[in-house]
Amino acid sequence: MPLSPDEVRRIALLARIELSEPEIAAAQGQLNAIFGLIEKLQAADTRGVAPMSHAGDASARLREDQVLESDQRERFQSVAPHVERGLYLVPRVIE
Amino acid sequence: MEWETVIGLETHAQLSTVSKIFSGASTAFGAAPNTQACGVDIALPGVLPVINRGAVERAIRFGLAANGKRADNICRRSVFARKNYFYPDLPKGYQISQYELPIVSGGSVSIVTRSGEKIIRLTRAHLEEDAGKSLHEDFQGMSGIDLNRAGTPLLEIVSEPDMRSAEEAVAYAKALHALVRWIGICDGNMQEGSFRCDANVSVRRPGGPLGTRREIKNLNSFRFLQQAIEYEVQWQIDVIEGGGTIGQATVLFDADSGKTREMRSKEDAHDYRYFPDPDLLPLEVSDVWIDEVRAAIGELPGERKKRFQESMALSEYDAGVLTNDRETGDYFEGVIGASLASGEARDRADFKLCANWVINEVLAKRNADNLPPWQFAVSDDTLGYMLGLLRNGDISARTTKDLFAEFWEASRAKKFSVQGGSKSMVDELIASRGLKQVSDTAEIESIIDQVLLANPKSVEEFRAGREKAFNALVGQAMKATKGKGNPATINGILRRRLGA
Amino acid sequence: MHNATVSELSAALTAGKISSAELTKLFLERIGQLNGVLNAFVTVDAEKSLAQARAADERIARHEGSRLTGIPIAHKDIFCARDWLTTCGSKMLANFVSPYDAHVIERFNAAGCVILGKTNMDEFAMGSSNETSYFGPVKNPWDQTCVPGGSSGGSAAAVAPRRAPPATGTHTGGSIRQPAALTGITGIKPTYGRVSRYGMIAFASSLDQGGVMARSAEDAALLLSEMAGADARDSTCVDMAAEDYTRTLRQPWTPDGSSDRPLQGLRIGLPREHFGEGLAPEVEVAVRAAVAEFEKLGASIVDINLPNSPLSVPAYYVIAPAEASSNLSRFDGVRYGYRAPDYADLLDMYRKTRAQGFGAEVKRRILIGTYVLSHGYYDAYYLQAQRIRRLIAQDFDAAFKCCDLIAGPTSPTVAFKLGAKASDPVQMYLNDIYTIPANLAGLPGMSIPCGFGSGGLPVGLHVVGNYYSEARMLCAASHFQQATDWHTKAPGV
Repeated sequence: MPLSPDEVRRIALLARIELSEPEIAAAQGQLNAIFGLIEKLQAADTRGVAPMSHAGDASARLREDQVLESDQRERFQSVAPHVERGLYLVPRVIE
Repeated sequence: MEWETVIGLETHAQLSTVSKIFSGASTAFGAAPNTQACGVDIALPGVLPVINRGAVERAIRFGLAANGKRADNICRRSVFARKNYFYPDLPKGYQISQYELPIVSGGSVSIVTRSGEKIIRLTRAHLEEDAGKSLHEDFQGMSGIDLNRAGTPLLEIVSEPDMRSAEEAVAYAKALHALVRWIGICDGNMQEGSFRCDANVSVRRPGGPLGTRREIKNLNSFRFLQQAIEYEVQWQIDVIEGGGTIGQATVLFDADSGKTREMRSKEDAHDYRYFPDPDLLPLEVSDVWIDEVRAAIGELPGERKKRFQESMALSEYDAGVLTNDRETGDYFEGVIGASLASGEARDRADFKLCANWVINEVLAKRNADNLPPWQFAVSDDTLGYMLGLLRNGDISARTTKDLFAEFWEASRAKKFSVQGGSKSMVDELIASRGLKQVSDTAEIESIIDQVLLANPKSVEEFRAGREKAFNALVGQAMKATKGKGNPATINGILRRRLGA
Repeated sequence: MHNATVSELSAALTAGKISSAELTKLFLERIGQLNGVLNAFVTVDAEKSLAQARAADERIARHEGSRLTGIPIAHKDIFCARDWLTTCGSKMLANFVSPYDAHVIERFNAAGCVILGKTNMDEFAMGSSNETSYFGPVKNPWDQTCVPGGSSGGSAAAVAPRRAPPATGTHTGGSIRQPAALTGITGIKPTYGRVSRYGMIAFASSLDQGGVMARSAEDAALLLSEMAGADARDSTCVDMAAEDYTRTLRQPWTPDGSSDRPLQGLRIGLPREHFGEGLAPEVEVAVRAAVAEFEKLGASIVDINLPNSPLSVPAYYVIAPAEASSNLSRFDGVRYGYRAPDYADLLDMYRKTRAQGFGAEVKRRILIGTYVLSHGYYDAYYLQAQRIRRLIAQDFDAAFKCCDLIAGPTSPTVAFKLGAKASDPVQMYLNDIYTIPANLAGLPGMSIPCGFGSGGLPVGLHVVGNYYSEARMLCAASHFQQATDWHTKAPGV
């Protein structure tokens, strides 16, 4: 099923990636070529097959409830784009 | 026209683990910004989540407690999914949350309102991580992000839309609050956001199809819950009666104006693209584990209420009040224990005396002082000891009340070296103020002999059938004991002497 | 010395014939000569490397070294290494100095290995030609007009021309085996869950797995023994003690094996689907010759079917982008990495940061992944792909009932020209057609050099084993390498 430019715009917004109009047109073409490949999946008969989301059927290993970490704020924030008084700063959040 | 309100609640209870749900960072409240946000919490490239056993154990505990300790509502294999959306307080760009397969499905909570008892069904309870906090103070027009709270374990408890009024919604929230605190999975501190509710509210014609619901987010007090629902219900009715329609929306409650308003920020975020988190294998819960958790839960509120009614012959009302929260029940049982010397038999009157005291004096004071359920200014030991003295006639009811009130205030003012007072402090006060009643029969008999001799007129009048004269004689006897005579003892001896 | 194997270097270091500092300098010089041409390394930091080398020398002098102490190793720039620039081949992380070590880095550091540098790679490991790196394409050391394969192309282009004794790589679809094949080295990607992913920047979490790129099966065994093992910080990492893969390397396949037929009893399955349309004849010739060599060593050959393997590429291009679209959401310009310089508001900052910070291929895959997970498409694409993933795994289960190892070509062609497929994503994706099926199943896979095609470009033999059979695979590969010398050939650069 071919993607329309509006659908490309919608998913680009969901993915928070700015695309210019020419980029939308280019992306539409490439994505449709890739979906041409992916569409082959639809022909397969998978009735009764359980989806496999992990390699193998193991279950999660749990950790004990213990505090193992200490404060590394300075180290972590040394690579941050914009911090002030220990906070990460971003353009104003509107609720 | 008649309208029916339909309410369902989604409650986020912060679980009482020491570390976060997917990392080893501390969950302690109030640390300096971002000092309790480790690599996993700030989503450094390459880090991975590992599930905290303590969080899972608490979810199991809740599932059992909300289901009469049966485990048929606990999913043996549940799945963590990713809920994808961009928000600065969500460092990974997705929240890890159970979606299609939650750890708890079903259960119920019983509430009591003016119209009686009602069962509110639970749809599910699932584990998820909390987000960080956005601070909107002035940072040159920017927001500051603190990720200390990011990754704090939450149990989201979702009710069926079984509530029909704000009163029922509040009763449910309170019952749930008491339950999560009772089983120790959440500290219930609403100021710190440990327990907060989202309310889904709609209105309809009685018996008609469900109306469109609006979700009120983040209500962190019972009062706000009540106000927000009441406002929202009236708003919806006004809109519909004014010819409008309700659109599905997420709204915020503004406590200052008492109004709800639509949120602006999430309008394009409705496509969360849930899928199973590939970093986390399915969560398996064994029967052995469930049995261990069940064994450790202890008595649940309902069970305790029943025991109070059956083995202590308390009324349903008294038993209900005393089991509203775990601490009150514990306190009540502590008072009973301390009021009786060891080996002494308890009887109905003892239980009733203690229940009356806890309900009418202690809880009244705790409420009046706005104290949390776990704070009793006078300890159960101290009060029990006072009540033991009262029961044995060593002090009067008046004295007991005064003593209790004095102890409560002094303890609140932190004047005590021993928080809550102690037996020896009670003894000292009674001795220094001479509050002890005279219950010694021989002493009272001799005093009464003198009173009878000195008041022949009253004796005559009493014998002539004037009951008032008896009271005058009691008053004289009390006066002779300087007010310390045990009224019951005086009464008894006097009647015997007068042959009444 | 630069031609020596890791075990030879280890012996020389222990015997004091050379110091780690000398060895490190030697390799750093060799890297310096060639990096302007091949672009295999993103970061080289001689000072840091030599400090590690000197510490290793002291350790050896105290007789406290392990067999890897003092061995220089290159790390794919997808592994976070504390205080090292860790870019993942992206502008998004071009200035990201990692505040912590990946599990794999920790293990090699603890063993006393010396980090030679961080190798170039396709951006966020998304690519099969190493042309999507923000730091420019890597060239194939056999022919600089050709690609080295990807995404671990930098590691391959470091090991093949002897610029690093071994290197780490990571694998999601074909990222270790395909560049190993295209540059004529030995690469192994172990069973999913055998190597901790902690600190390995995620592309597609249910498929990503770290592995080794080395000169021989023996070197790979030595390195993998250090890399594999349990890690509490990755809950998908199996709770299994590390194995010494070198222990059984020289043993015959069964006790019946003789010295000239050591692989007596080994049954090799050849999947019919991997020898059909699209396979270059020169590759098929080399692969068939290698299979014949295995027969000479005692192995028997059976034909097998992997009927669902034609669906593996479409399934992979749903699952991997879906996971990637979510994994890469953390790159938002808030806590680390690139942030766009100009923006109007929060939404604009996100969109510009991600538009400018990610390259074209990464953005393409994020869009595909976002789409297949979005409302109304999830069942038709994502769930259907997951069901096919199970069918593919079941194909392998069935195949391993009648064979011990599966062999075939690693890549349908030898290295292609730079730019030849850059504008056609679908053609690029089909490069990994033989490696993707095993990866969807989580099985271990290897590529070993088995000859040359046109233009003197290497061909790789693909070997897939059952779950946790790495020791057996390395044993078979080692016997093959005892009998052949393809793995000793190096490009003349």
